[in-house]
Amino acid sequence: MFITVAGEKKEVKDGLLLKELIEQEKVQTPQYVTVSLNDEFIETADRDQVVLKDGDTVEFLYFMGGGAWH
Amino acid sequence: MITLKKSDYERMLAHARAGLPAEACGLIAGTIEDGSKIVRKVYLLTNTDHSNEHFTIDPKEHLSAIKDMRAAGLVPLGNWHSHPESPSRPSEEDRRLAYDPKASYMILSLMDAEPVLNSFHIEGDVSTKEDLVITD
Repeated sequence: MFITVAGEKKEVKDGLLLKELIEQEKVQTPQYVTVSLNDEFIETADRDQVVLKDGDTVEFLYFMGGGAWH
Repeated sequence: MITLKKSDYERMLAHARAGLPAEACGLIAGTIEDGSKIVRKVYLLTNTDHSNEHFTIDPKEHLSAIKDMRAAGLVPLGNWHSHPESPSRPSEEDRRLAYDPKASYMILSLMDAEPVLNSFHIEGDVSTKEDLVITD
């Protein structure tokens, strides 16, 4: 099946889990990456259960935050 | 080296002043030519923490900005945020939460009458000031 990852169309195995895609894409510090699937944000705890489908669009966003004092 | 247009700097500054007393934030996108980063677009986004000591970029706006960059043929270059009451240097929290070693982290200090903008490369606990050029 084909999915789009960060704007790039890729062929992946049928029934690929989101967590497998994260490993396959070598996403660094995945615990600090927000994942969206078809424009919906996926809770970190749900990544293990999400099964990707043909035509899905996945984005990985690094958390962007900080602070002024500490 | 990283280059920023004066007009983009002024938009950034206006957004930071409008957001006071909270920190303001956003993203920078552009091109990389011969190893130098050229900022072509500055995104003025929402600090969902609404705090003068912390910022988190709204993930929905972050996603929209990434799509916009892609459509415009630009690459993400990093982010920027303001320090309303402290200097233009990464705080301990800024360093701890800088997860992307390829990114530039711009910090705009409003603590003095004259604003100060610096750009940093942050990897682990080490932050290095980048050569920032503001052009007309």
